[in-house]
Amino acid sequence: MTTTRTARTPTQVAGGVGESTLRPDGIAKLLGEFDYAQDLRAENMLWGATTRSPHARARIVSIDIAPALAIGGVHAVLTAKDVPGRALFGLEHSDQPVLASVETRYWGEPVAVVAAEDEDTARRAAAAVGVEYEVLDPLVDPLVAEAQNEVFRRMRIRRGDQEAEGTVVVEGHYEVGMQDQAPLGTEAGLAVPDGHGGVDLYATSQFVHIDHSQVVASLGLRPEQVRAHPTGIGGAFGAREDVNLHIHLCMLALHTSQPVKMVYDRAESFTGHVHRHPARMWYRHHADEDGRLIRVEARVVLDGGAYASTTSAVLANACYFAVGPYRCDSVTIDGVGTRTNNPPCGAMRGFGAVQVCVGYEAQMDKLSAELGISPLELRKRNALATGDHMPTTGQAIETPMPVADVIDSLSAMPLPDPRDEAQLPGGSGLTTDRDQVIRGVGYALGIKNLGFSEGSDDYAVARVRLTEDGAVVETAAIEVGQGLVTVLAQIARSALGVSRAEVRHVDTSQIGSAGSTSASRQTQISGGATLEASQRLRDRILERHEGDDLTDQGVLRAGEVAVPMAVLTAEGWEETVTFRHPPTEPSDENGQGVVHADFAMAGHRAVVDVDPELGLVTVVRIDTAQDVGRALNPESVRGQIEGGILQGVGLAVMEELIMDGGVIKNSTFTDYLLPTILDAPDVEALLIEQDGSWGPFGAKGVGEPPTISSTAAVIAAIRDATGKEIDRAPVRPQDIAL
Amino acid sequence: MIIAFTLNGKPVTARVLTPVSLLDVLRDQLELSGSKNACDQGECGSCSIVLDGAVVCSCLVMAADVEGSEVTTVEGVASGGVLNAVQEAMHAAGAVQCGFCTPGIVVAATDLFETNPTPSRTEIKEALAGNICRCTGYGAIVRALEEITGEVS
Repeated sequence: MTTTRTARTPTQVAGGVGESTLRPDGIAKLLGEFDYAQDLRAENMLWGATTRSPHARARIVSIDIAPALAIGGVHAVLTAKDVPGRALFGLEHSDQPVLASVETRYWGEPVAVVAAEDEDTARRAAAAVGVEYEVLDPLVDPLVAEAQNEVFRRMRIRRGDQEAEGTVVVEGHYEVGMQDQAPLGTEAGLAVPDGHGGVDLYATSQFVHIDHSQVVASLGLRPEQVRAHPTGIGGAFGAREDVNLHIHLCMLALHTSQPVKMVYDRAESFTGHVHRHPARMWYRHHADEDGRLIRVEARVVLDGGAYASTTSAVLANACYFAVGPYRCDSVTIDGVGTRTNNPPCGAMRGFGAVQVCVGYEAQMDKLSAELGISPLELRKRNALATGDHMPTTGQAIETPMPVADVIDSLSAMPLPDPRDEAQLPGGSGLTTDRDQVIRGVGYALGIKNLGFSEGSDDYAVARVRLTEDGAVVETAAIEVGQGLVTVLAQIARSALGVSRAEVRHVDTSQIGSAGSTSASRQTQISGGATLEASQRLRDRILERHEGDDLTDQGVLRAGEVAVPMAVLTAEGWEETVTFRHPPTEPSDENGQGVVHADFAMAGHRAVVDVDPELGLVTVVRIDTAQDVGRALNPESVRGQIEGGILQGVGLAVMEELIMDGGVIKNSTFTDYLLPTILDAPDVEALLIEQDGSWGPFGAKGVGEPPTISSTAAVIAAIRDATGKEIDRAPVRPQDIAL
Repeated sequence: MIIAFTLNGKPVTARVLTPVSLLDVLRDQLELSGSKNACDQGECGSCSIVLDGAVVCSCLVMAADVEGSEVTTVEGVASGGVLNAVQEAMHAAGAVQCGFCTPGIVVAATDLFETNPTPSRTEIKEALAGNICRCTGYGAIVRALEEITGEVS
């Protein structure tokens, strides 16, 4: 990993920003001592389980809970009529029943929940609930849904001359399958009644304050009666933004007056969280003879499945980033997010930007081939830069947009040696005839917004205190594995000038919202709150004590310790800050406006070996350059890049939920393939650091860009190897061999 | 039935009334929650343990079958809370993110180095081919294990 830096260097404090400080929770995780939601226990605890619809669409004729209640050890069986408050929930729109009572709209939709003395009994009882269904024809084709106006949102972007024409025109249809986040920890949680009608919830989440508000509404409680606690999370990638078992657990705990734990098994997890939207796209690109984009037209159809979740925002993102990081002054985009009886789709790393990248980058390669201009040169001639306007929204780009630097970096990185015999497509099992193997190289660039857009009041609260343990950053921002727990402490150290700092997660009653751990936003936004709180605290301390520096020893005056740290900690200093990013606005009827707070982009070069007879692919190597603003913890950034790339590789060559009439046919890890260590390419990453973002010390979010264009780059490399017009992700053996 | 076996060097007993996996007995009855359940069918390796010298997925082992066996879990690879060389290297290299796969990888990698102290990059990858990590992309894990020289435990 290397870094090109034109950014400033902050104050040097041990463990501060810019160092690859080690994770504070790493040792506990390595010893097996870290408590995840799956590991929580309480005295007198019951187990919960869920009765789910076996049909993609059915009318509920009757529900008989008696057979379940008759099982020894069963304490409660609850249905929709037991929901004390709001019957519906949802992240952006409350349209999803806490428990279905009239009609089930997707396969696996919860109908009843039970609590019993052990997990096996709970699962047996859930299976014993007698639900009589009248099976209905599911609506599973998004194009039919659109024709029937079953839509969550339509998007329309019109910018510039709508009649412009290029001398070269390329066109294509593209498709992206439904990907699953597949975090290793399934949905899990523990709800503990407080004995006064309230409840404490410890559950997998990316956003405890939104869980809290949804639990409060559906249980009909006062906000102070529910406390949602951050807990140990085994990965997320978007799967944990929406409520799933949270309201159920709290209902069962309050109904039984006992703690209740629930853990989804893997098959349930595949129905228990939203997925990446499958997409169908049509594109037409016009360019002049020099390869400059004259006009881009696109149509994007995302299937939102049965309930709204974040489909509106994902569709908007797909449309806003449908041109990619390229200049173009004539743009027409139409998008639709459909409502069907497929599983609900919502947030997954990349959030709409991934799907369109598969389309627009295939188009750029078609232009490249048509014009005889190399893929990188073509992209460079169209590269967006700071000061340009976004091709879709027309928004002026004011923060770093180093597209040309990314392209130059990729072209300068060395290509790998010829193939390693141990890495033949299909593994070393002699399935592949090595003489048939063809190498291919492909490029792709991606772009995405950082933080929430379209006028959202996007903020995070953080509190910084000076204690005997050093500086303590209190936050409800969720650590899902990405390293927020490391980076917030680093920010506090650098801003305060104190080397002892730690992050403590506190529940919803103790601090305001940090917003969601999504949209690559926490380093910038909770990081921004931490930075500002730390700076204010330092300023107040120095002003009160008339000092000129704050260090581990205390306040310094003229280089001498004037007020020792022990005196400062006894004074009880603390500062709470609500940080907001620059305001955004909803787009107008043509999709125009200052819609986004910041952007990040990255580029990938994929090298693949393909066995064209068997249709097998080995992704040999991925080189990347990424716009990171400022890498606050370079090894953590590298971890995000390598992990994000592999999820992109998964979508490129193996990961797809197979649907049949609304039913997921591969809801196990045996059938839904995830990349193993043998599938993982070597990765070389170059971090491009430039000043200008409003994030702390100029940092940008880094979690999503690695996933956006890595998929498209792998597909481009397979096209390069095979010469085939491959137009979908994932690329299946039959797409290559047949 | 009551089964007796050696767990992390100490004799233990467990009451097995139903056809339950060793993983469930470890987690629920013996309260060693380091071994994780992520797929329940031997695909992800999060529940990896060493059973009589071989790395296995404890979700696929019937608890009743470990009578008289020696079992080592992640809780048994380090002594007294001191990291072994595999754990130390993984910590230093940033090979842990969410950490849910980490116990299984620690168990499998420790076993690798105990049987082959100088594994090649390919041997490292083959030894961990049964352990899925969804966060890291495996790069930091490979870098960590390539750094190890000498005894692991």
